[in-house]
Amino acid sequence: MDCVATGGNVKVLAKAVHSLSRIGEDLYLEPLDDGLTLRTVNSSRSAFACFLLSPLFFQKFHVSHGRGFRCKMPIKSVQAVFRSLSSLERTVEKCHIELNSEKSRLTFTLHCKHGLLKTHNLSFQDCESLQAVFDKERCANVLQAQPRLLVDTVLHFPPSLEEVKASVTADRLLLKNHVENDADQAKAMRTELCLSSEEFLHFSVSAPTSITFCLKELRVSDGVLVFAESTDLPVSMHFDEPGSPVVLSVTDSVLEANFVLATLSEDSHCNHDNGHKKRPRTPPPADDFMCDDMDSYLIAMETSEMAGPSSRTEPRSSSEREQEEEQRPHSKKFCSFFFGSVLPTSSQTANQTLQNQDVLASDSEDEQ
Amino acid sequence: MKFRAKMIDLGCLNHFTRVVNTIAKLTKSCVLRLTPDNLYFVLSGKVANGGVSMWCELLQVNFFDEYQMEGLSPEANEICLEVAPENISRALKTAQNAKAVKVKLTKKHCPCLTLSAELPSLSSISRVVTHDIPVEVIPRRLWHEFKEPTVPDFDVSIYLPPLKTMKNVVDRMKNLSNILVLEANLGGEMNLKIETDLVSVTTHFKDLGNPPWGDSASQSRSQSWDPEAMAHARVDVRKLQQFLIGQQINPSKAMCNIVHNRIVHLILLQEDMSLQYFIPAVA
Repeated sequence: MDCVATGGNVKVLAKAVHSLSRIGEDLYLEPLDDGLTLRTVNSSRSAFACFLLSPLFFQKFHVSHGRGFRCKMPIKSVQAVFRSLSSLERTVEKCHIELNSEKSRLTFTLHCKHGLLKTHNLSFQDCESLQAVFDKERCANVLQAQPRLLVDTVLHFPPSLEEVKASVTADRLLLKNHVENDADQAKAMRTELCLSSEEFLHFSVSAPTSITFCLKELRVSDGVLVFAESTDLPVSMHFDEPGSPVVLSVTDSVLEANFVLATLSEDSHCNHDNGHKKRPRTPPPADDFMCDDMDSYLIAMETSEMAGPSSRTEPRSSSEREQEEEQRPHSKKFCSFFFGSVLPTSSQTANQTLQNQDVLASDSEDEQ
Repeated sequence: MKFRAKMIDLGCLNHFTRVVNTIAKLTKSCVLRLTPDNLYFVLSGKVANGGVSMWCELLQVNFFDEYQMEGLSPEANEICLEVAPENISRALKTAQNAKAVKVKLTKKHCPCLTLSAELPSLSSISRVVTHDIPVEVIPRRLWHEFKEPTVPDFDVSIYLPPLKTMKNVVDRMKNLSNILVLEANLGGEMNLKIETDLVSVTTHFKDLGNPPWGDSASQSRSQSWDPEAMAHARVDVRKLQQFLIGQQINPSKAMCNIVHNRIVHLILLQEDMSLQYFIPAVA
């Protein structure tokens, strides 16, 4: 492998490495005929990210044929190559990535101004190909938005919040905290945000659904939005039913980035819904806000003098909770991704989803 | 019980946010008392919170464009809620450039103070964010704990130096000792002191002025107090620091009353709000 990125593309490459570093510990690098792939997966296997930089992204892109080369290395060491994004832009003219097969080193050479040359020789491990199973094309729902919209959206949720539930209908996206049924969560603040379809560049929902996924991976400081915002490319969100992954992607003529996040699986999700909410669908908050009829949402809460509300509400809610416990034998369960080596059994889906990957996935090694 | 209020003016919203942020820095949990004319954030002095108490009073007309409430009953026309001010502060933070903010009492999974903000969006339809802040409704038999504290019969009352200056001094002193001595006299002098076995540090403030309290009943002790003599109180330095760090309101008047060896009573005043904070003296 031998490739050269120049000018602004060095910065894009650096940003890709930085955003991958927010997700996983290792960088999986694999040159293919249709470009260089950079991938990572988080330790709990609930988030996977992949960048495909096409040959046109590089000034020079050469892949030696024969035995497919692929490797992994600690992402920290690659990050060290591209340490300061700001100075990178000012000083680096081109970046040369080359495999030194004799010494088994991957060499990153940064050609800086004034003829300065920075060479990083990184050791690597051989590995199998890492690929999560997902298929954007078959997702029933596709939303596309400016990254700013999603960045603004996640800001409304408290930093401590782990999961967010996204519900889509034909004309809007409703996001709210995913609430577990234990006691301290009952005390937690709940937040809902409604985005009208008009705010999106593209909004196509053919199967209204609700999915629950980790907010952390989506956060401003993490992964995809950082990359999308810095490159100012629109972000697409592909998803299907609960349990199947949500894919956030950024596509350009020379690169494609996919961030795949696991969602809570169907069964726990359904129970949660039935147990927790009396209404099948939450009333539109937008209308709720616009509606100025006072009586419609003033609620009566009597407090008798003898019994404080605490004594009134608590027994009820705890019994409610018990009930839910029964309905829900196990608490939340994220579907982790199916990585290839286990795939042959479920060959049908695998074949459909991965047309152009010869190796399905491999994450059998225990590297966490 | 019903409550609903709406804020449209951005200035009011910012002001309200600053007040709530200040409260949130002072206490994890407090009581929000709503009456037809005022909102109060109250913390009553209990051993659990180190004996400090707080009373913050806001005139509703100065903050809200609409304000409707119906208390427990016509003769007890109030609503008392226990709430985590941090939650309100967080909710308001996301409503910073809102076109309008509504606050209402709702019954959701539990009683909630629901704060919804209409935010500018990229389309013609506004973005709406709704925060349900769980509250506990306080039964009437406990209301007496949340009445306005009387101004203590202080020995010395003095205007405070600029709070930022005071904060800088207290921040440094905190590294030396857990106990700080606050002392002042009727001649406009105030000292902040640290006394440990190894070091004694005193910062002197002069010409601060003593607020005129007129003929109010609380004057009896200070009239008999020697104008030169220092009234002093040893207080937990963290309590004082908390008050100085958190405060985001720019008070038009800041003063301090000291009951010798008993209590420090800090007051921040603005046209439309007042914040009182009581720190008990330690032995």
